[in-house]
Amino acid sequence: MTEETTIKVRVQRGTADDTPRFDRFEVPAHDSQTVLDVVSWIQQHADPGLTYRFACRVGMCGSCAMMVNGVPRWTCRTHVRKVLGDAAEIEIRPLRNLPVIKDLAADLDPFFDKWVAAEGRHHPTRTRHDPIAPVDPGSAERAQASAGIECINCAVCYAACDTVTGNPDYLGPAALQRAWTLFNDAKEADRDAILDAVTGPGGCTSCHSMGSCTAYCPNDLDPMSAIAGLKRAAARRYFRKAG
Amino acid sequence: MREFHLYMAQRLSALVMAPFVLVHLGLIIYAIQGGLSAAEILGRTQGSVFWFLFYGMFVVAVSIHAALGLRTILGEWAGLRGRALDATAAVIGLGLFAMGAHAVYAVTAGGPA
Ligand code: SF4
Ligand code: SF4
Ligand code: FES
Repeated sequence: MTEETTIKVRVQRGTADDTPRFDRFEVPAHDSQTVLDVVSWIQQHADPGLTYRFACRVGMCGSCAMMVNGVPRWTCRTHVRKVLGDAAEIEIRPLRNLPVIKDLAADLDPFFDKWVAAEGRHHPTRTRHDPIAPVDPGSAERAQASAGIECINCAVCYAACDTVTGNPDYLGPAALQRAWTLFNDAKEADRDAILDAVTGPGGCTSCHSMGSCTAYCPNDLDPMSAIAGLKRAAARRYFRKAG
Repeated sequence: MREFHLYMAQRLSALVMAPFVLVHLGLIIYAIQGGLSAAEILGRTQGSVFWFLFYGMFVVAVSIHAALGLRTILGEWAGLRGRALDATAAVIGLGLFAMGAHAVYAVTAGGPA
């Protein structure tokens, strides 16, 4: 790419009260340019009123996720070259399945409320005055728990999930994966509370196991399998209680 | 917990249906050999406790399974929630059961004339 070439960009604008509209921009192209670079260029050089979110720029904070040509992505880790391909322009919208605050900033409150609703908080087995409980890193449970701990709450999987689109009450992949991580934590004291929280309406049984969450997670995590784990654990508890 | 009971009911009814479906398909292939007649079918089913139980349980499993599957679809595609969703699914389940029970009764009741 040379300095003279430009990239055509369509950006969704507006607040929750407006019908979304699109503004078009021409952004100078550079080598190794990310989608976040493009958004930042627009805000710095073309329209200071553009609202968007980012912090770390290196795929650690999870705040820069947006829909890029219809696909939920971390914009800071997505190269323009990768998404442009044969497409004539880049379309950037706020994350799907969430209300808009303004322009590219989605309201993540429902996403985080569901972490709480899925009982995604630790119930300790000991107090601060007890010695620290040993954790066996080689155990099967620990392997299950470790598989999900790198989640950075970016909501890319939540935006990718069609079940969330169809059922706004569905807790979604990230919250359920968090519940499964805790469920397998040797230091977790209340597994029943977790299973109770994830087996109501909108719980793990709503998942259709189609795997968009796993396909799109930029961290290569596998919420679909975590949710399958919750279903199995809940079924085991069901038969234990029945038998 | 109620939601999970329904989930288990749908999985278990699927488990019950699987062998029924296979036998039913096999039976269709067997029954059409050399033409299909009402007399032949009724000759096999009328007065048969086996076929009454077989298709009776099949109908129960289908009613549960289909009603719960449609309950999910109606929730996601038609936006039905709570009472309205449960009532609609119950009507579908009972309707399927009524039609199925009627058919099972029609082919198994009474002996060969
Ligand atoms: S599971 Fe992956 S996509 Fe989902 S919130 Fe966590 S890091 Fe993001
Ligand atoms: S597997 Fe489940 S959580 Fe993941 S995208 Fe599909 S329905 Fe959503
Ligand atoms: S800015 Fe932190 S993940 Fe993209």
